Amino acid sequence: MHSIAEKYIRTSALPTIFCPGCGHGTVLNAFLRAVDELDIFDSLGLVSGIGCSSWTPVFVDTDVMHTLHGRAPAFATGLKMANPALNVVVFSGDGDCAGIGGNHLIHAARRNIDMTLLMLDNEIYGMTGGQVSPTTPTHAKSQTTPLGNPEHGFDVCGLVTAAGATHVSRYTTAQPRALVKGLKAALSHKGFSFVHIISQCPTQAGRYIHGLSSPGEYLKMIREQSIPRAAAEKLSQAERAGKIVTGLLHQDSDKAEFIDQTRRMKAGAKA
Amino acid sequence: MEKENICLVQGNEACVKGAVRAGCRFFAGYPITPASEIAELMAREMPACDGDFVQMEDEIGSIAAVVGAAWGGRKSLTATSGPGFSLMQEGLGYAVETETPCVIINVMRGGPSTGQPTVSSQQDVMQARFGAHGDYEAIVLCPASVQDCYELTVKAFNLAERFRTPVVVLSDEIVGHTREILTIPKDMEVTERHAPGQSPENYLPYQADADGLLDGMPAFGQGYRMLVDGQLHDEAGNRRGADTQISGALMRRLCEKVTGHAAELEDVKTESIEDAKTLVLAYGSVARSALSAVRRAREEGIRAGFFQPRLLWPFPEAALARCLSGVERILVPEMNMGKVVREVERLCPDLEVVSLARVGGELHTPEEILTHLATPEA
Repeated sequence: MHSIAEKYIRTSALPTIFCPGCGHGTVLNAFLRAVDELDIFDSLGLVSGIGCSSWTPVFVDTDVMHTLHGRAPAFATGLKMANPALNVVVFSGDGDCAGIGGNHLIHAARRNIDMTLLMLDNEIYGMTGGQVSPTTPTHAKSQTTPLGNPEHGFDVCGLVTAAGATHVSRYTTAQPRALVKGLKAALSHKGFSFVHIISQCPTQAGRYIHGLSSPGEYLKMIREQSIPRAAAEKLSQAERAGKIVTGLLHQDSDKAEFIDQTRRMKAGAKA
Repeated sequence: MEKENICLVQGNEACVKGAVRAGCRFFAGYPITPASEIAELMAREMPACDGDFVQMEDEIGSIAAVVGAAWGGRKSLTATSGPGFSLMQEGLGYAVETETPCVIINVMRGGPSTGQPTVSSQQDVMQARFGAHGDYEAIVLCPASVQDCYELTVKAFNLAERFRTPVVVLSDEIVGHTREILTIPKDMEVTERHAPGQSPENYLPYQADADGLLDGMPAFGQGYRMLVDGQLHDEAGNRRGADTQISGALMRRLCEKVTGHAAELEDVKTESIEDAKTLVLAYGSVARSALSAVRRAREEGIRAGFFQPRLLWPFPEAALARCLSGVERILVPEMNMGKVVREVERLCPDLEVVSLARVGGELHTPEEILTHLATPEA
């Protein structure tokens, strides 16, 4: 086992539930490297919901709450308010946070509460067998869209930016070093940070959406579709279509953070 | 220690005072009639005692934040009414499964759906017992007065800590909005939260004692490396849903840690039961009319007795059995279509059990109950 894994993995919870070739292990790897480099392991409080994505923190040997489908940001809100010293990180998926938990997501962003939310996006409900999700592309076939998806995919980064998140970025499992860097920036940000992570799902999305079953080919496809934000800005809208724009997408360092705000108000009331 | 203090307050306000007294330092809620006063007062009380208040986006988020705060080390509370209580069932089940101490106050209103927001009922008594999916045993307290609201809210927090489970205070609109004298006791038992006796290295978070209870309550950040999971799990917290032995044993322990302490949990108020031939069994606001009716019946020489479970679930079977010598008939007035009466019928198959069920929102009058006491049913 790698030294980072030896240090931080909850071995009693192994083996992981991830399918061979799943991108979520890469996310876990990148997350632990970011945590190690920032030296914040001892203050972590990890919260997740339901789905493949939400299993990711279960394999970390720290305080972990594996909660209900979509509700993780709300559990995390109570946890962070009760102990603001914790570095609260939410692991969620496209179905978990953009589907069933959309309301909790936007209100956590609106409060600008100091936590980091990782949305591991594989464009499909993987654990339940490959059903359409809020980020599945239009026309894509899934087990519940056999004729193709008649709906439009969700721009979740745009959603949380509009809702009030103060650090919004996007990375992919095809560029793990950039992901580590991006996670470090998100974890270091005071306020609500949202990291959209495109993560491959060879078992479900690979087969049904992309017609690929090889994780290598899948990652190659993601890498080819990816373009850094600065480069994307030079492209026309038509040229940008179908691209995965990566990097920091939105940052606001001036907006008051929720717990700081309540502390100031409490102090003011007592003065 | 607080001084003895007499005040004139609403039931909802008494719940808030009780919560603060019990050490509650976190409230998450969502406005709903007839429970909103609890949130409004907690929003004032929490900042004053270094606690925290948050109005969440809905009741689903409220119970989730309450459970999150419990694992952050706070005693935590939410309050709602029927529609919100329905939304909270998923989170309540999670609290049962993860053995998270917290308190939920449901100030009952009438009807399914939006129903009767401003009108009282007792229609949620079975939801409070069975509302979340899966098998579990709920602890449910039922206040009938402002004094009860205070005392039973403190008690709810104590029981939540001892049994490591969510506890429901099932109030109703009448009790919640009645303004009457509250005597705040000088001395009151408050169960403090304590960390586990074991060091983090040797700690098995879900290893129970012989009574099925867990040792202390760790908080995140204390080094226990907790895995809190809504899946059936082993003593370490790792999921073991595919292991029928471990899963079955955990299910039985979660239920039996409550039912196995029925004698300790028993909280019943009785009056004039010694020679009673007719017992009036009532809970919540209806107990007020029932007690009044029993007292008037006694004045008229009718051998009536009063039996009020202040802790409704698990049902005080043994206490009821002790009160039955000489009893021929039990009246069960309830502000619903007749729910707890079925439990009484089940426990007393040889007695005449009469349901005085009433829906629509009007409280039973003492006269009405007295009529049934005076005239045995045909």
